Amino acid sequence: MASILEESGFNPGADLKIVGTNPIKHDGLDKVMGRAKFGADAFLPGMLVGKILRSPHAHANIKSIDTSKAEALPGVKAVITSSDFPEKKAGTPPGDMTRNVMAREKALYDGHPVAAIAATSEKIAKKALKLIEVDYEILPHVIDPVEAMKPDAPILHDYLRTKGVEGAEDKQTNVTERMVTQLGDVDAGFEEADVIVERSYDSKPMHQGYIEPQGCIADYSEDGQIEVWCCTQAPFVYRDRLSAILDIDCNKINVQQSELGGGFGGKTGFYGEPLAIMLSKKASRAVKIVLSRIEVFRGTGPVSGTSYSIKMGCKKDGTITAASAEMIFQAGPYAGSMYFNAPNAMFTRYDLKNVDITAYEVLSNRQKVASFRAPCVPQIVFGVEGVVDEMARKIEMDPIDFRLKNACEDGHTTIYGDTWGPIGFIETLKQAKETDHYKTPVKEGEGRGISTGFWFNRGGETAASLNLAPDGTVTIATGTADVAGSRISISMMAAEELGIPVDQVRVKMVDTNSLGFNRVTAGSRTTFSVGMVIVDSARKCIAELRRRAAEIWDVPEDGVIFEDGMVRPASANVGDFEPMSIADICKKTTMSHGAISGHTEMNVTGAGPGFAVNIVDVKVDEKTGRTDVTRYTVVQDVGKAIHPDQVVGQIQGGAIQGVGWALNEEYIYGDDGRLQNAGFLDYRMPVASDVPMVDTVMVEVPNPAHPFGLRGVGEVPVVPTMAAVGNAIGDAIGIRPTSLPMSPPKVLDIIEEAKAEGVYKG
Amino acid sequence: MAKRSHITLSVNGDEYETLCEPDQSLVDVLRNELELTGTKEGCSTGDCGACSIRLDGDLVCSCLVLGVEAEGKEIETIEGMAPSPDELHPLQTKFLEINGLQCGICTPGILVAAKALLEENPNPTETEIRFWLAGNLCRCTGYDKIIRSVQAAAEEMRKG
Repeated sequence: MASILEESGFNPGADLKIVGTNPIKHDGLDKVMGRAKFGADAFLPGMLVGKILRSPHAHANIKSIDTSKAEALPGVKAVITSSDFPEKKAGTPPGDMTRNVMAREKALYDGHPVAAIAATSEKIAKKALKLIEVDYEILPHVIDPVEAMKPDAPILHDYLRTKGVEGAEDKQTNVTERMVTQLGDVDAGFEEADVIVERSYDSKPMHQGYIEPQGCIADYSEDGQIEVWCCTQAPFVYRDRLSAILDIDCNKINVQQSELGGGFGGKTGFYGEPLAIMLSKKASRAVKIVLSRIEVFRGTGPVSGTSYSIKMGCKKDGTITAASAEMIFQAGPYAGSMYFNAPNAMFTRYDLKNVDITAYEVLSNRQKVASFRAPCVPQIVFGVEGVVDEMARKIEMDPIDFRLKNACEDGHTTIYGDTWGPIGFIETLKQAKETDHYKTPVKEGEGRGISTGFWFNRGGETAASLNLAPDGTVTIATGTADVAGSRISISMMAAEELGIPVDQVRVKMVDTNSLGFNRVTAGSRTTFSVGMVIVDSARKCIAELRRRAAEIWDVPEDGVIFEDGMVRPASANVGDFEPMSIADICKKTTMSHGAISGHTEMNVTGAGPGFAVNIVDVKVDEKTGRTDVTRYTVVQDVGKAIHPDQVVGQIQGGAIQGVGWALNEEYIYGDDGRLQNAGFLDYRMPVASDVPMVDTVMVEVPNPAHPFGLRGVGEVPVVPTMAAVGNAIGDAIGIRPTSLPMSPPKVLDIIEEAKAEGVYKG
Repeated sequence: MAKRSHITLSVNGDEYETLCEPDQSLVDVLRNELELTGTKEGCSTGDCGACSIRLDGDLVCSCLVLGVEAEGKEIETIEGMAPSPDELHPLQTKFLEINGLQCGICTPGILVAAKALLEENPNPTETEIRFWLAGNLCRCTGYDKIIRSVQAAAEEMRKG
C-alpha cells in the first residue's frame, strides 16, 4: 500500500494540460486498419481446431458418454469429457466452475458442454462431434424463477440448502440464499405516508451482446507450462480460476489477453479456455476454440431474470417515508448473480430512513448467469423508478423536483454502511432540469420519462509498472483489460503527472506472468484504479529523477523540484543550473544508475459513487405496439472526464444497450427448455436505424480521493435506462408497463387495457 | 473425404490462390486460409455485418458467400482501405478523431460498409446513414459517434 496516495494530491485548481482533452487513442489505428488482434485472430504452428458438444436438454442425467467412434476418426487428436478434469466438490466455487464448463453428473441447461474435440480441421472436428454418443436420462426442468421456488419444482442439486433461512437445513431447494436488508421501521414509515404505491415487476434474461464471440488458444507444453491467449476482461482471474479447477500452479498458466471485442461483464468468466487447455494437454498441440454466435447465446451467461415487487410511500410534500421490496433473481444452474448489488443500490441516491428488502437467488435450468453493467441493478431500478414516478404523479409534483426532494447529499451514510464524500446527484438533477430537452414540451402523441440511477463504482487490487526508456519516453505495463479505451486514459494521466506529451506514453496490457494480481476489469474500476497506481508509479519516478538531478548538480535533494516535465533548482539559492527534462536525466544516468521505473500495487479504495438522470421521449405505435425512442438525454456525474469523448461514448453506449433491454431483448425458451432465439435475427439488439443520437451532459463533481477527481463511468449509464423508457411509454399510453422487455405484443396489451380503463393517451 | 477446391481470387489488388472446402464461407477463407483477419466474424448468419466486404464492388456479408463463389472475383477488405501506408481513408481518420470506435470489433465492417455508402451517396442524411448501417451491429457506442464520424468523413470527401 503506497502512502503517497493516502493524500491523493487532488487539486481542484490544477492547470491540467492533458486530462480533459481528446487525443486519438493509441490502439485506434490498428483497429481502423484491421490489424488489431482479437481472440480469434491468432494462430500457432500446428494448431488444432477445438469444438464443443453441447446438451440439447435443459435438464438431464448423463448416464454415459461413448467417445470411441469420434476418437477413431482420422484427424481427431483429442476428445475430452468431465472425466478428464480433476474432481471438485459440487456446490463449491471450483466445483460449480468446473461443472459449468463441462457437465459432470447432469446437463443443467440447453447448451451445457458435455464433451469437446480437437482435430486437424474444422470439418473433421464437426464430424467427430456427431460421432459422440451421449446417453441422457431427461429430467423435468424449470426455468422460470418463481416456478423454481415452488415446493414441487424440479430440483437442480439435491445438496442445495437455502442460506439465511432458519430450519432450511433439511429441505431440498433451488433457492441458494435469502438476504434481508433493513433500515429503520418500515411499518412506522408507511403509517406516515399520504400516498402508497405498490407494484409487481418482472424481467427476462438479456445477453451482453458483445459482437466478438469468445475465442482462445491454449498451448500446453510437456513441462507443464501453459500459454493461454484469449479475449477476457479478467486475465488474472482466469488464471487463478484455471489453477483452481485444473490443479495446476498459477505460475504455470500464463494468460495473455487479446484485444477485447466487447464484454460488458460477459467476459469475466471463462468458457472454452479450460477445455482448450485439456485438449492441448491430451493432443500435445496448441488448440484454438472460437465459439459460434449460437454457442454464445446457448452457452454463455445472460443476466438474471427477475420477479419482484416494490412498495413505497411518501408524504404530500414529496418526502419518501418508507420503501420495501421482495425480489427473486434467476441465476442459472449455479449461484453467481451478484444479486446482493440490488438491495444495496436500488434505492441508494434517495435519503430513506425506513427500508425493508428481501431478496432471493434462485437456480434454474438456463445458462449460468454472468455479469452485465451494474449487475442486477438496472432491472430492479426499472420498478423502483416506476413507483417513484407514480408517487410524483399522485401528488402532482414535477418528477425531477420529487427526486430532488429526496436526493442524498454529501456525507450520506448508505444502507451498506459507507459514508460518502462529495457526490453529484443533486447537481445532476438540477442540470437535468436545465437541459433543453426537459424545457421543451413533449411532442404531440409522444411520452416523456425521467429516471435516475446510482452505481457504487469500484476499486480493488491493481498492479502496474511505469518505465522510463533511456530516451525519456514512457512504457506502461498493466494487467487490467481495455474494454473501450482505458489505455489512452491511463497514458493521459501518466503524461499529465510527468509533464510530457501523451504521445510519449504507450500502455501495454501484459500477460499474467509479468505483473502481480489485477482484479477483473468490471464495475467501473479500471481507469480509476489504474489511474491511482500509475500516478503513484509516476511519482516514484519523479522522486528518483530529483535524486539523480541532485547528484548531478551536487546539491541536496530538497533543493530540486519537478514541474512541467522539468527538473529545476528549487530556488536561485540552490545554484544556477539549467533545468533538465526527463529525457536529459534518462540519457545521462540510465547507463550509470540503471533505468528509472515506478511500480505500484494497491488495493485501491476511494471510488466515488456515480449518478445519472435520464430524460427519454418515445412514440408508441398504436397499431403495432412498437416503441421508438425519439429523444434521449443523459446527465451523469463523471467526477472528472479524463478523455471526455470516451466518457460520452460510454454513456451513449450504455443508454442504447438499455434501450435494447427495455424494448426487445430477452431469452425465449420453448416448453422443452431449449433456447428459441439463439441468433441476432431473433434476439434483436438495437441497430443504427432504431435509435436516435444520445445527448449527454457531463457533470463534474470531483472525487477528491483520486488525483484528478475521476469517478468510474461505465456502469451508471445503463442503470436508469429501462425505467426512463418505461416511464415514457407510460406517459405516452396511459399505463406504465411493468414487464421487461416492453416488446410490441406486451405494449399492445397495455394499450388495450388503457383503452378499457379509459386512461389511454395516444 | 472430398478434395478441397482450388480458388484464385484478388484481395485488395493482390492475387491469392488457396484451397478451401466446398462449403467453406468466404469469411472463413479470408481469415483462416489467407490469414487476413481484419474481416471479423460475429454471427455467421448475415445479421451483424462484422464480416462486411466488397465483392466485385458489391457490399456483402462474407459469411453468406462461399469461398468457391469468390473464384476470379475482386475482393476489398479493411486491410485495403487505406490508400497508402502513410495515408488513411477519410473514414478511418474521422472514426479516430471522433471516437467512432470503442472495442473495435465492428469497426472493419462498418468502415467497409460506410465506404460503399459514400461512393454511392456522397451526401447522405443521418437517416440514410442509419438505414445503410442497419446491417452492422455495434454494441459499444450506441451508434451516435459512428454516425457523426461518417457524416464528418462525407463532408471531408465532398471537399475533395
